[in-house]
Amino acid sequence: MKFRVDRDSLAEAVAWTARTLPVRPPVPVLAGMLLEAGDRLKLSSFDYEVSAQVSVDIDVDEPGSALVSGRLLAEITRSLPAQPVDIETDGSKVTVSCGTAKFTLLTLPVEDYPTLPEMPELTGSVGSDAFAAAVGQVAIAAGRDDTLPVLTGVRIEIENDTVTLASTDRYRLAVRELQWKPERPDISAVALIPAKTLADTAKSLTAGAEVAIALAAAGGAGEGMIGFEGGGRRTTTRLLDGDFPKYRSLLPSEFNAQAEIQTAPFVDAVKRVALVAERNTPLRLAFSQGQVVLEAGTGDEAQAVEVLEAALDGDYIQIAFNHTFLLDGLGAIGSDTARLQFTSSTKPAILTGKPADDSGTSDYRYLLMPVRLNG
Amino acid sequence: MSRRQLDRAANPLGSGPGASDDTGCPILHVDMDAFFASVEERENPALRGKPVIVGGAGPRGVVSSASYAARAFGVHSAMPMSRARRLCPHAVIVSPGHGRYSKVSAAVMEILRSVTPEVEPLSLDEAFLDVSGALRRLGRPAEIAAEIRRRVSDEQQLTCSVGVAPSKFTAKLASTHAKPDGLLVVPAARVTDFLHPLPVGALWGVGDRAEESLRRLGLRTIGDVAHYPRDTLVRELGEALGTRLAELAWGRDAREVTAATPDRSIGAEHTFDTDVRDPDAIRRTLLRLAEKTAARLRAADRLGRTITVKLRRGDFSTITRSRTLPEHTDTARDIHTTACALYEGAGLWGTPLRLVGVRVENLASGQATSHQLALDEPDAGWREAERAMDRAARRFGPGTIRPAALFDRESEEEGG
Repeated sequence: MKFRVDRDSLAEAVAWTARTLPVRPPVPVLAGMLLEAGDRLKLSSFDYEVSAQVSVDIDVDEPGSALVSGRLLAEITRSLPAQPVDIETDGSKVTVSCGTAKFTLLTLPVEDYPTLPEMPELTGSVGSDAFAAAVGQVAIAAGRDDTLPVLTGVRIEIENDTVTLASTDRYRLAVRELQWKPERPDISAVALIPAKTLADTAKSLTAGAEVAIALAAAGGAGEGMIGFEGGGRRTTTRLLDGDFPKYRSLLPSEFNAQAEIQTAPFVDAVKRVALVAERNTPLRLAFSQGQVVLEAGTGDEAQAVEVLEAALDGDYIQIAFNHTFLLDGLGAIGSDTARLQFTSSTKPAILTGKPADDSGTSDYRYLLMPVRLNG
Repeated sequence: MSRRQLDRAANPLGSGPGASDDTGCPILHVDMDAFFASVEERENPALRGKPVIVGGAGPRGVVSSASYAARAFGVHSAMPMSRARRLCPHAVIVSPGHGRYSKVSAAVMEILRSVTPEVEPLSLDEAFLDVSGALRRLGRPAEIAAEIRRRVSDEQQLTCSVGVAPSKFTAKLASTHAKPDGLLVVPAARVTDFLHPLPVGALWGVGDRAEESLRRLGLRTIGDVAHYPRDTLVRELGEALGTRLAELAWGRDAREVTAATPDRSIGAEHTFDTDVRDPDAIRRTLLRLAEKTAARLRAADRLGRTITVKLRRGDFSTITRSRTLPEHTDTARDIHTTACALYEGAGLWGTPLRLVGVRVENLASGQATSHQLALDEPDAGWREAERAMDRAARRFGPGTIRPAALFDRESEEEGG
């Protein structure tokens, strides 16, 4: 194997591929990054859950392949000078030369490297920025408790030209709908993807304009797997098993009150008042005509109070939330005006951005369970 | 140990209030005489003057309180009931009625608090008072002490003994000396005269082990300790205890009377009549203790975050395990679930246990706590169910509603 490659495109591709290297490889070869030089250079990594593959333009002298320590290759390529890079195999070693620098790397046995899972059949595509934003909005509500694996995932539901993403940790529920371009018009599929992996993947695929999503049909090739491809990068992820909660019935459709608040001052005020709220102590909100009073802390501790303008339509209401959960939601609505809808102080509240068209509905809903005061 | 030795020790000061100078003696220790037994005698005149023993009647029962008539036979509190029975076969044994004692105790504490808010209850039947702030209003410490004794006698038909001294340590020893139905003032100038003849076991913080160490050094009285080199004491007993004993032996005790602080923990224990190894039986006992603890928490409007279980093997070796929950709780359900997990993780599965206990710490008032509701949580959960049990118990008596797991077996397991 012998080829020459542009320094920046190599460094970028190696860095992206290295994200998937397992921190503690279950078998030594998985610490390796596979280099396959043909017409292009193909870089691969795999940790049994997630696979990553990217191809880069090269000038190839001698096709071939090699497996080297991915971590080390990533560190080396990141620090190389801005000059073309020559990579070739030399017996059981690989040399990386760039300008005046030369590295000799040990290789791992290529024949021991597992075959990467096949990409499932393509189901459709979506704008890469819109997809990353939507995933980001939803992934914040996913659980982090590995003892409830189902809740650590983002549920993807595909129905014709609509994709619905949802996640919940039992205390909040985020739901986002977006349009996409399906390969076939009558497509219908569901999947549960680890939220952290999905968020990282979506963010790392924004280099290309579109992301193609490949989801295997039940019983088809690549079942239990979802694939994403964009800008020359492709990655597969193993799906989570289990029944995601039937969340649609949890979203209330009727409310006794609705409040609208300017998002930025609201976020600032919540952060200020929350300074006195220790972990687990709630932020209390009292909505009345034209205003909301934010309070935290009780008699025995430091206390804070702040009053903000708020347009209230409906009954006065007092309700308390975990301030971190509220801030997560306010950070995700992507709107200058936050809209909160309430039923009662112990029923779920819905946070959305105010739709541009007043009669319209928001494509993002963040359900927030209140905190009940015991006193 | 210390009390028995004290009872035998001679009182070097003589007694009677007027004789002693109570200047600089603002600390009072009020101790009810044979409290539980006296309450029982008061409730049931037929018992009056008879040897009365209050305590668990089971094979592992322990004497909680003994009337002076019973003490004449050598019966004293904390003694195994079997031994007390042998010493005094004709004694009347009464099982404790804690509700009665709490009520009387509350009334007595009320009398004390009418003297000064600086009241520090130590248990149901004793308390420290700092009367510094009441002197102008109510007179000298000895007069206040006499007045307290008169009011307790008038209003509760019970006697108490009061020690008056410059510090808590001395005041407590003084009340012990005055018992029963007495009053002893230890003037500031005569504290060492009072203390030095007393046995070392009377020093606060000296248990069997420390007493043994002191005896090895040849120290038998508090006076011996007072005149012993402090450095050697510290070397023998450690920095904290050594220094403290050296100070106490000279009557120096800087502890202040701190008015009642809310409970730091609430819990319950149960000693089995015979050691129990069956995990199901132990879990059932943990459930009953959790129910009891949770009901007490709710009655006091407290919620706790740290759950501790205490497991004592047949050989008395004891381990405790605790876990802090993400939220405060006052439900038996949460306490029991955690207690069972702690028991299961303690490595005593199938080991015969003599005693199990459940305790909730890290307490806060209801107002200062909250509960993050979950999407899949029913509107009315365990907390509501258990509150309904509390209401039923108030109306129809305790145990009206209880977990099905405890239903048939309640009779064979007596409360702890």
